[in-house]
Amino acid sequence: MQKRQNTAFTRRQFFRSTALAGGGLVLGVSWMASCGNPGEVAPGPGEADWVELNGYIKITPDGRITIISPNPEGGQNVKTSMPMIVAEELDADWASVTVEQAPLNTELYTRQFIGGSQALRQGWEPLRRAGAAVRAMLIEAAAADWGVPAGEIRTSGGRLLHEASGREAGYGDFATAAASLPVPESALLKAPTEFRLIGTSRKNVDGRAIVTGKPLFGIDVAREGMLIAMVVHPPAFGMQLDAVNEESIRDMPGIRGVFPVKVYPDDYTWQYFDTCSFNEVAAIVGETTWEVMQARNALEVNWSKAPAKKVVRDRFGTEQTLEMPAGLESTGQQDAQIANLPGNEIREQRRDGDPEAAFRDAARVISRDYTAPFLAHNCMEPMNFFAHVTENKAELAGPLQKPEYTEKTVSARLGIPLENIDIQITRLGGGYGRRSYAHWLVEAAVISKEVGAPVKLVYTREDDMTSGIYRPRYKATYRAALDARNRLTGFHVNAGGIPESPLYANRFPAGAVANYLAEDWEIPSNITVGSFRAPRSNFMAPAEQSFLDELAEAMGKDPIELRLELLEQAQANPAGQDNDYDPARYAGVLELVRDKSGWGQEEPGIYRGVSAYFCHNTYVAQVLDLKMVDGRPNVERVYCAVDCGIVVNPDAARNLVEGGVVDAIGNAFYGELTLADGKPEQANFDAYRMIRMAEAPKEIHVHFVQNGIDPTGLGEPSFPPTFAALANALYRATGRRFYSQPFMKSLSLKA
Amino acid sequence: MATYNLNINGKSMEVDADPSTPLLWVLRDHLNLVGTKYGCGIAQCGACTIHLGNTATRSCMLPVSSVGNQEITTIEGLSENGDHPVQQAWLEVDVPQCGYCQAGQIMSAAALLKSNPNPTDADIEGAMNGNICRCGTYVRIKKAIKLAASSSSEA
Repeated sequence: MQKRQNTAFTRRQFFRSTALAGGGLVLGVSWMASCGNPGEVAPGPGEADWVELNGYIKITPDGRITIISPNPEGGQNVKTSMPMIVAEELDADWASVTVEQAPLNTELYTRQFIGGSQALRQGWEPLRRAGAAVRAMLIEAAAADWGVPAGEIRTSGGRLLHEASGREAGYGDFATAAASLPVPESALLKAPTEFRLIGTSRKNVDGRAIVTGKPLFGIDVAREGMLIAMVVHPPAFGMQLDAVNEESIRDMPGIRGVFPVKVYPDDYTWQYFDTCSFNEVAAIVGETTWEVMQARNALEVNWSKAPAKKVVRDRFGTEQTLEMPAGLESTGQQDAQIANLPGNEIREQRRDGDPEAAFRDAARVISRDYTAPFLAHNCMEPMNFFAHVTENKAELAGPLQKPEYTEKTVSARLGIPLENIDIQITRLGGGYGRRSYAHWLVEAAVISKEVGAPVKLVYTREDDMTSGIYRPRYKATYRAALDARNRLTGFHVNAGGIPESPLYANRFPAGAVANYLAEDWEIPSNITVGSFRAPRSNFMAPAEQSFLDELAEAMGKDPIELRLELLEQAQANPAGQDNDYDPARYAGVLELVRDKSGWGQEEPGIYRGVSAYFCHNTYVAQVLDLKMVDGRPNVERVYCAVDCGIVVNPDAARNLVEGGVVDAIGNAFYGELTLADGKPEQANFDAYRMIRMAEAPKEIHVHFVQNGIDPTGLGEPSFPPTFAALANALYRATGRRFYSQPFMKSLSLKA
Repeated sequence: MATYNLNINGKSMEVDADPSTPLLWVLRDHLNLVGTKYGCGIAQCGACTIHLGNTATRSCMLPVSSVGNQEITTIEGLSENGDHPVQQAWLEVDVPQCGYCQAGQIMSAAALLKSNPNPTDADIEGAMNGNICRCGTYVRIKKAIKLAASSSSEA
């Protein structure tokens, strides 16, 4: 058996976490505070006997252990799986562990946000070290008390054991003594073979609260004296607020205020997640939601066409200027813009070999276009936030993916220093990227300050769906050059979007083809866009993996075989530089899904499609089985092979993979937001079609590659490939290729 | 404004509200029963599902003036200790991801099983058609309903 390894972590790294806690940033008795002058930090009611050993862990003398979960929880299950990692190294008894959501404190926890499927990948080491350090301190305290060498003390299930003397104690017995010890220079981390908790399925720690309807979400926040606020934004992109007729609703029951709200000052530089479609909105504040909704319907507002504008945005240290043209854009007009894109707008992003020669000399060229519409996130919990802003202090609470960035925005907008801004993170009723952006939080804060009262700003579903920050509109053209012997000699991808490009120039099959060209383009728009579950990948995977399917057919090859051949080429003799994938792991998921799905065995009436993609550090391959029932496609089952390294909480991981598959089938079949004269044509679920139970697969089989590699995330990676597995299965079922999302539209147009 | 005596979760509760106020907002704003969720306001997503008598009903378009003395059950009153067979099955299958739609899903499922203790897949799909889950937990929801049905029939 492998033994614990004395894995490097430096004392300095730990001091960075804990010394600041001693500065009084943490509630309760922090370890450094208790070491210095414990009397100065007044414990809250019932907390007098809690000892906080570092930012992540609290242990009571009676052995109760609380692990603080650092990242916001939006359904990825990090509130269960991240504390499991701490508990593993701590050797705690999971049944005696309570999990608490951390407040925003990035100096203590670092990287407190949801995004890019990175929580587990980046949390892995720090969380393990936190658990291991506290375990070492407990051992040290016991060793001193028992007069035995620390190396002879074992831990198990929250207990300390010394076999030679027969001594045994619970962690609680030594929590207080441990708190007075220095943080160790290093501590032993377990070898993966020693894991007892990681790799076992543990239930969602909030499960009971969810199924009994406890107030977990931002929209459930209620405070004494709290008012309800709503905003009215312009009815179309390209329009702006001119005047609010306050008199039109002032006397309506329960109404306490009506006024315009400027989200950001005119010369304000956007932080990366400050995207905002309408910089000025009308706010209505009242006593109850229904009263405010009624007033909202009656409010008279004058709108006018907005001029073109340039917005300066800080992209994590690099300034960029966003062009937002004037005009009321329509979907048809955007189609024409894409079709008439001038050649000089196209930017070369990668070139290997001589692609022009490969296409010139080709015996056959295959060229296909793929398109996808704007998508709305449609989190089931509409955007909302609680704000209580006074002269020099702001208390905020609600669902938010990137509170660290938002805190800076609020500080800049209100002129309140960061240390006087408190953001409490509630459970997110869905995020998928939408809650990375937080203009509504700024609106809530400005409204609270204006009315001088705590307010909860709630967007109606219509506000939520029509206020932008969509998945961009995309188009990609894929071309392949085949020589007279039907070998792939050249590959060309040209992809662009309104207003952002989806291209990843260094992804597969870059590196697998000697002559390769990747280009992209962008068309400015006043429609705002933002991260949407697996940004860019959610379009590039469907296009690329559909094209490879068609290419395999043209080459007379099995679609899995073609991919494996290309990956072998990329492994043995990679073309170009910076190829953004590991060909062996990529091939690994394809081989696993081929085996698990029984690929190649035909079942009458079942049409199969395959797809694979690598994004957000995780590899996923899928085989999707489809059946046609009365001319309608029914997804029978989906096989998923996933390589995300070590799987911390297998059943929760399967849940997340299943969710990505179902969400992708819904968006592929139905997802679409169209525009007419700047106005979104879908504003609620009567017009915006979401997947429903009957359309979900009957079965989803998830298989993980077992390789002991450090874990990577799962919130996004299963989503992008499903679109193409579905398109490829639809082709086998109908004999027609599906190039344009949403597929149901193409299916009914063709039928 | 008018005063209503509502029969909610076995208790009589008095509220002053405009007659047009949907029951959803009476529950959430007036009575602080926030387990019932707002999702769309037009009875399309099912997040606001409650029981009116034994029937799953969308509370977002149900004016408080139309309720009278009918029995209202919300997620908070589905069981005393959170141990309704549907709630237990939800925990056993570990259904929720973000969790926002789940109260509505559970209320729809509980009403289905009350009227049809052994539903087929088609029965389940029909009864649950009005409940949207963007996280995509439908496969588990169906599994949990079947588990609840089998555990109830064994009991």
